[in-house]
Amino acid sequence: MENVMTFLPGILSGLQMTLGVFFITIIGSIPLGILASLAMKSPYFTVRWLVNGYIWIMRGTPLLLQLIFIYYGLAMVGLPFSRFESAAFAFIINYAAYLAEIFRGGLQSVPQGQFDAAKVLGLSKTQTFFKVVLPQVIKIVVPSFGNEVVNLVKDTSLIYVIGLGDILRAGSIAAARDVTLVPYLIVGVLYLLMTAVVTIILRASEKRLNVWR
Amino acid sequence: MIKIDKLSKQYGDKVIFKDLSLTLQDGEILAILGPSGIGKTTLIKTLTGLEEAQSGEATMDGQDYAISDPAFTSQIGLIFQDFNLFPHLTVRENILLAPLTVKKMDRVDAETKANDLLTKLGLSEQADLYPYQLSGGQKQRVGIARALAMDPQVIAYDEPTSGLDEKATEQVVDVMLTLKKEGVSQLVVTHDLPFADKVADETFDFEKEVKR
Repeated sequence: MENVMTFLPGILSGLQMTLGVFFITIIGSIPLGILASLAMKSPYFTVRWLVNGYIWIMRGTPLLLQLIFIYYGLAMVGLPFSRFESAAFAFIINYAAYLAEIFRGGLQSVPQGQFDAAKVLGLSKTQTFFKVVLPQVIKIVVPSFGNEVVNLVKDTSLIYVIGLGDILRAGSIAAARDVTLVPYLIVGVLYLLMTAVVTIILRASEKRLNVWR
Repeated sequence: MIKIDKLSKQYGDKVIFKDLSLTLQDGEILAILGPSGIGKTTLIKTLTGLEEAQSGEATMDGQDYAISDPAFTSQIGLIFQDFNLFPHLTVRENILLAPLTVKKMDRVDAETKANDLLTKLGLSEQADLYPYQLSGGQKQRVGIARALAMDPQVIAYDEPTSGLDEKATEQVVDVMLTLKKEGVSQLVVTHDLPFADKVADETFDFEKEVKR
């Protein structure tokens, strides 16, 4: 039991890092993902081409590799980011690409008639997007969005590769020092708790959105 | 009075209509008749600004407009064949959306007006329901209330009786005749002849009167 007390502070500060990367990714990737999904429908070929290229790279290579590239690669060309900045940047652009694909699917499933009705009533394009389209897209994408958020909780463990001390790294250090699996067990339970909280919040919002069909 | 003159619309080489002219008197119900697929809906979409015409002019209250001028098309409210109500808004919110966001009406005034419309169209009990909870006839009337909330010069209907049973069709007739009494000009595209007989003051035979 006294063992637990010796490694708990380390794990808790790791938890802080994990949650930091998690929240900053959520906050940054949602608006960027929406913008990218709209850009995919752009009338300009170049814009669509660029966005599709970006999404192809982000989804076509491992996030781990992207992290390494952004942290070490950018430093090499004289753009040194701190470890945390690199992690945040890599996670945001990676998750925005996945979210963009999800939002694009949601946008496509809003019937043309909704756009027509808004137009006949005189709503501008911006008003149509925020008042008519977005609420319907949100309802459609919540389940797949939820999957991504759960993935994100676990993906945060990749930041060890650029030397950031997340919860899993704190567990590894404690496990190696004391030759015990208990720290890993605690870390596993903490991941389960985090994904459980995410799942509960998402279920609740699905339920709230079910007042209309 | 609204006059449409020399209206032409084509998709690529395919001419949908050419030099189409029609007149709608104030407070009149004009029925545009013809078999499906002939271009009636395209005509109504052109008049409401959903489709651009190649050429044509419109006169409304003595003022001339180009046919796709938003100042003209925004004066024509449209009741869609499949209603196109906003599924995430209640009946009341469907009616309030455009007056609040487009006209920037005061909320209290807009609510009063929405309540009047709800009463007039017999929808008071449904005010806080969502579209999926309504029958076809009720959805139709919400569509009408939503259009009326913007005070259009003309209400246009696209096949308003398709998919409605006899009773709901009767209600549409009642609503249209009530609006007519209040001086609302109405334009209705339909292939339902018995229905047209009941409501129309004038008819326009798309098959005979339109060049293609």
